[in-house]
Amino acid sequence: MDNLDKLEAQSVYILREAYREFKNLVMLWSIGKDSTVLLWLVRKAFFGHVPLPLLHIDTHFKIPVMIEYRDRLARDWGLNMVYGENTEAIGNRETYPDGACDRIACCKKLKTEALKYTLAGEWPRYRFDHSKGRYIPDENKEQYTGVIVGVRADEEGSRSKERYFSPRDRENDWDVGDQPPELWNQFKTDFAPGTHVRIHPLLDWTELNIWEYIEREKIPVVSLYFNQGDGKRYRSLGCYPCTSPVDSEARTVSEIIAELRHGKFADVAERSGREQDKEDDGGLETLRREGYM
Amino acid sequence: MKTLSIENEIKEISDAADTRRGRLNIVITGHVDHGKSTVIGRLLADTGSLPRGRLEQVKTMCEKNAKPFEYAFLLDALKDERSQGITIDSARCFFKTKKRDYIVIDAPGHVEFLKNMVTGAARAEAALLVICASEGIQENSRRHGYLVSMLGIRQVVILLNKMDLVNYDQLVYDRLVSEYGKFLSELNVTPVSFIPISAREGVNITAASKEMPWYRGLTLLEQLDGFQQQKGKEYLPLRFPLQDVYKFTRKNDDRRILAGTIETGIVRVGDEVIFLPSHKRSRIRSIEAFNVPRKTEAGAGEAIGVTIETQIYIKAGEIMVKPGETMPRINSRIKSNIFWMGKSPLIKGKTYKMKLATSRVNVSVAEILHVLDAVDLRMNYHKQQLDRHDVGEVILESVKPVAFDYASVIEGTARFVLVDNYEIAGGGTIIEEIDNGETLLEKHIHEREIAWDKGFVTAVDRFNRYKHTSKFIVLTGEAYDEVTSFAKELERKLFLDGYHTYYIGLNNVISGIGSDTRNIGRDAGDSIMRLGELARIITDSGQILITALTGVDDYDLEILKLLNEPAEIIVINVGPAAFSRFNVDLEIPDDNNLDVAIGDIYELLKKKEVIVEYYI
Repeated sequence: MDNLDKLEAQSVYILREAYREFKNLVMLWSIGKDSTVLLWLVRKAFFGHVPLPLLHIDTHFKIPVMIEYRDRLARDWGLNMVYGENTEAIGNRETYPDGACDRIACCKKLKTEALKYTLAGEWPRYRFDHSKGRYIPDENKEQYTGVIVGVRADEEGSRSKERYFSPRDRENDWDVGDQPPELWNQFKTDFAPGTHVRIHPLLDWTELNIWEYIEREKIPVVSLYFNQGDGKRYRSLGCYPCTSPVDSEARTVSEIIAELRHGKFADVAERSGREQDKEDDGGLETLRREGYM
Repeated sequence: MKTLSIENEIKEISDAADTRRGRLNIVITGHVDHGKSTVIGRLLADTGSLPRGRLEQVKTMCEKNAKPFEYAFLLDALKDERSQGITIDSARCFFKTKKRDYIVIDAPGHVEFLKNMVTGAARAEAALLVICASEGIQENSRRHGYLVSMLGIRQVVILLNKMDLVNYDQLVYDRLVSEYGKFLSELNVTPVSFIPISAREGVNITAASKEMPWYRGLTLLEQLDGFQQQKGKEYLPLRFPLQDVYKFTRKNDDRRILAGTIETGIVRVGDEVIFLPSHKRSRIRSIEAFNVPRKTEAGAGEAIGVTIETQIYIKAGEIMVKPGETMPRINSRIKSNIFWMGKSPLIKGKTYKMKLATSRVNVSVAEILHVLDAVDLRMNYHKQQLDRHDVGEVILESVKPVAFDYASVIEGTARFVLVDNYEIAGGGTIIEEIDNGETLLEKHIHEREIAWDKGFVTAVDRFNRYKHTSKFIVLTGEAYDEVTSFAKELERKLFLDGYHTYYIGLNNVISGIGSDTRNIGRDAGDSIMRLGELARIITDSGQILITALTGVDDYDLEILKLLNEPAEIIVINVGPAAFSRFNVDLEIPDDNNLDVAIGDIYELLKKKEVIVEYYI
């Protein structure tokens, strides 16, 4: 088994463990490359099937191509696709940069809060109805108790301390100082009512591993990752006001891999195009403790 | 458009095997302030593994906060760690050498964060223990040595750090080597090497030391590249712990897939296999995986699925093995080494959920043999509980037997964790099985019968009134609907014929009398126990209790039989025979029609003298 085989096997093991132990399981799908690899790993774990709902938090600031791609894959793969949003903040323009709101506060409202209340089932969820070909209000209002998330330890400091199975309390808070032990592939799968567990199957993957796996498995990813002829591509995807493309000529997966291995990005942090990380020292950690992905 | 320079292209070709590069997990730990974060910071910086800008970013932050720069800050990415100056959790960092990629797990030294240290160390194939040359061996240096040995890490290197503070003195080095080496040998740990270093000054990290000409051993980096990756697991006997059984019906998928990750050994299509502890047997029909060419074999480490040739009910948690290879042990009593991380102590007599490979079993603490006290690190032979951070030798007992190996044979199926009140509170390794003595169940039944409070009406009185003896009739089989309807028909027929009878489903037990513990236990074994106790009461009242069970094994039936005593149990299996040890009273083919089947059951009941002949 090579390195990718081992990473894949460990992720599959974690996914199966989650599926076995959590009745109300959901996977967050951000449409980005990591969670798309994760979606592929779900198909690996369950022999081609995707036996759990996928949740997307729609900020309405996502690049339109991302939403088109989401719905196309939902149709093609017969996914149980669900989205949620902070309708009120979007309606009242409590957003950045068009409202009276900074980046961190905007992230908090459109992502952290939307996620919290959507997971809890307190805010409306919309489910893709395959027979109608559009989203309809989801009648399932149960709290999701197991939430699969595609974070990687190498992304930034706070993520390097995550567990594969990481508990969140009633307020969605992450207690970094008091995390459960994980040993010999035994994880925290017992939890008190009201709490939930975040599950991180991609923790050991690096950005380069992700692209190597996309290449090996021929996983379809959104076109924004590639240079479309203007010498720019996205390295990390988010909302358009806070995510900028990087200068790059890479048009294919193998060109991206070359760029990451030896090219201009060999030692440049992936989230360098994400502005919320820079706002204050440790800004992302603060967001993550409150439930940011 | 050409995007790569020729130089990069050549590099890429030579690195085409990048994904086949090895990756080694190493853990680094040590007493507080002995400098392990500095060691990692150095490794990252000196091997050029830091993201561009990170070094400058941390240096700027130090200037802003008027603190001198330290390599350790590169690691302590979280705010509260920087302010407290100690590592609280195992963080992972990545770096690479020419030989391979590394994940360094930075495990906290502080005793309060021991469970984080354990988390880090349990993922590692090699360990670096850092000891400050000027401060010498401290409490945690010993504790970490002990845990590393318990966690089964075989490649251990001791880094004697801060040699600059002792003027690179060989005498200090020799004294520590002898002192700590002696301690480790008591734990049966033989370190690979002792390396004198100064992480702050970069001595003996990536480059050989000019300061210590007396040291002729490897540098840290050379030592890391010298570590071996664990190999050869496929040559051990097959252990395939079943993680789950899938039957996805979408797109007309009719496969029933037994999924799991192969711990050791190799499995091939056509292999005969045994599932333990149920002892069910079958043969491998296919090996399943998504988006790969058809597989005919799979080996250790692979997360796969298999389908088998016969329709038998197999539960998650069983271990699939091959006949002819060394078998796992099967026992309900084990002697183990446990280290405790729970907020409340491990107490004799208390029940915990044990997770061993993919099985989950409730175990109770039968004996605490001795305890290595966390505070004074001395052996205590009288202590009857394990406090937080204690390590002890403990005998555990389960109601149903568990399949396992000895840690000295196959580690993956010899290690377990104990869950106390939702939390993983302890980790343990199995030393051996214990064969003698009354089992937990026998002891329980013995005590129960002594305490049983009888009324004035005797079994004979009841027989004279009811004209039949009491019995516990268990119908088993694979097809839930069929077995259940047989059982309900039997109840109706007996009732119409004047018998005192009652049907109970396992669900009534789970959501009824078991509801008080439903959120905690979630263990099917508990429901079997409750059903058995209920049977004891109802058969004592002179009635015929009927139930239908699917997915039970020999041990479940044995438990029901024992719990129901002194009344008799009758087991009727519908469909393919499923039990290898328990003597089933009647086998009914599943294509039998209902009336014929009920007729057969009546015949059996007559033989068993439940139904008195003249009464029919």
